[in-house]
Amino acid sequence: MVVPLSDTGSSDTETLALPGDGLREGIVQRLRESLGEGVVDSLVKPGDDVWVRVSADAWRAAGMALRDVIGCEYFCFLSAIDWMPSPYGRGEDDPTQPPPERDDTIRQGYAGGETRMQIFARVTNVKDHFGVTIKADIPDEQPVVDSWISVYAGANWHEREAHEMFGIGFAGHNDLRNMYLPMEFEGHPMRKDFPLLARIVKPWPGIVDVEQLPGGDDDEETEGEA
Amino acid sequence: MTDLADRQKLSYIAAQAADARLNVELETEGMTLNIGPQHPATHGTLRIIVRLDGEQVVWAEPSAGYMHRGYEKLTEVRTFPQVTTLINRIDWLGSFANEVPFILAAEKLMDIEAPPRAQWIRTILFELSRIANVGLFLGDLGVQLGAITPVFFAFRDREYVLNLIEAATGGRFHPNFDRIGGLKDDLPAGWITETKQVMKKLRMFCDEMDDLLFGNEIFQSRLRGIGVIPADVAKQYGLSGANLRASGVDWDLRRDQTLPMAWDKVDWKVWTHPDGDCFARCWVRLQETREATKIVDQLLDTLPSGSVMAKVPRIIKVPEGEAWVSTENPLGEMGYYVVSKGDLGPFRVKIRSASFNNISIVPWVLRGVYVPDVISILASLYFILGDIDR
Repeated sequence: MVVPLSDTGSSDTETLALPGDGLREGIVQRLRESLGEGVVDSLVKPGDDVWVRVSADAWRAAGMALRDVIGCEYFCFLSAIDWMPSPYGRGEDDPTQPPPERDDTIRQGYAGGETRMQIFARVTNVKDHFGVTIKADIPDEQPVVDSWISVYAGANWHEREAHEMFGIGFAGHNDLRNMYLPMEFEGHPMRKDFPLLARIVKPWPGIVDVEQLPGGDDDEETEGEA
Repeated sequence: MTDLADRQKLSYIAAQAADARLNVELETEGMTLNIGPQHPATHGTLRIIVRLDGEQVVWAEPSAGYMHRGYEKLTEVRTFPQVTTLINRIDWLGSFANEVPFILAAEKLMDIEAPPRAQWIRTILFELSRIANVGLFLGDLGVQLGAITPVFFAFRDREYVLNLIEAATGGRFHPNFDRIGGLKDDLPAGWITETKQVMKKLRMFCDEMDDLLFGNEIFQSRLRGIGVIPADVAKQYGLSGANLRASGVDWDLRRDQTLPMAWDKVDWKVWTHPDGDCFARCWVRLQETREATKIVDQLLDTLPSGSVMAKVPRIIKVPEGEAWVSTENPLGEMGYYVVSKGDLGPFRVKIRSASFNNISIVPWVLRGVYVPDVISILASLYFILGDIDR
């Protein structure tokens, strides 16, 4: 299913200058104009990149605006982030000891956020050579957003992957079969509360059965900077 | 229908159409055919289910996931320097090129830059991986279309490149040579003269492939006008690399973004082709291999002196932040979205691999083609299974 791209978007983008911070501010400005309240937050890192956060309701409209107004016709990727710190740390706990206390406050990244799960995508303007990273908060109680398939046909597999790995639903995507795992698989492996099973079955050897090297190995910590 | 002349081909198509009509009259059912998981055209284990009406594909669905290794999850329990060992194995034919964007993303977050000599050597090894990867593609292309000879040439000449990579990094397939802040080591003695000779050989290899394959009538009739992907569809699906440039989109991340690498210091050309068919995709790859040998030659001439490692702490902690870096890998755009929480390891790494997007177009492009063309199209889209499944 491929929607033909309109020519109006490309004529708009001809006014944009070479990539620079002025252009990045301009992108945010244009998105605010076309989405109104849909744009929640944004971040322009000078000389680096631009992040825009939209509300979950405006997710599909944001895709349309990026494609037609900003001229980002090239679909790069779509995925999700679980901002909850992993209750298992880096999977290196000693199983004989009680699990250590961990900070479980959720801190979102660039362009802020209010929910544990965020969906994010990146699209590129191949004519003017810039890209935009767009994010949206996913409500915790009902993790569903509109599908991007009708905007970018390539989002199909990426949404299937995000559904399988994070358990996010995509309204309008009628083929959310698993890509990698068997259909009977329970859980969503990329969520932070899903343990890395390999580290549960066999504890991290760096903790439990390290053999002391002859001659001592205490120089690692004391040397500091090389 | 490999070597039919045009007139014969037309009569063949007419016969097919007659068959199809007969099928409708007889209400025969279509056939479902499995291509793969083990098939020379699949470079690993990709299974493609096609539903046929006579000789024509009416529906196709790639079934990936036979090689899913969960690298995105595994990166979360690794430290930053340990991640390169994993991501080496994504596109296993051009391993070094996988390491570069991740290291660049980490360096961006830490706000350090590799010294010029390291940037140069990185670019040289990056282009050598491209030659090793795409060189094998050119040989493999022949095998998939029924020609045995090219693959022997490809394996012979790829060996020269792998020897170079091994001499410089210690690993033929998985160098694991890139470090945050520079490289593990400097180049060994005599490597530069050796590389220049090999680059000469590889330009001869490209000429051989040009003669053997691209000038061949059978080869052309198997590829010309088959599997045409228009530019707007290619962009919507996020096709990248030679697949996108063969559709006439002039987009190359080596040229079109600023990275601390050495591509902008040398003179080279981005090749595009207006046709968007299988032939265009293969032709662009051949030109890119030639272009890569020229880049390596020029970089070797201008190699700066100095250290190959910037000053970095012994224990690497990456400051909190998010960074996206992508590079033009042998297969297309390969990028890493790295989220750090100021810890020893990354909080989340999204791996955007080229083949995943390149293969997601298969259901679209295979609709309506004939069975032998399925193989041509898969061969020309060129994917590595590890790059799809990650």
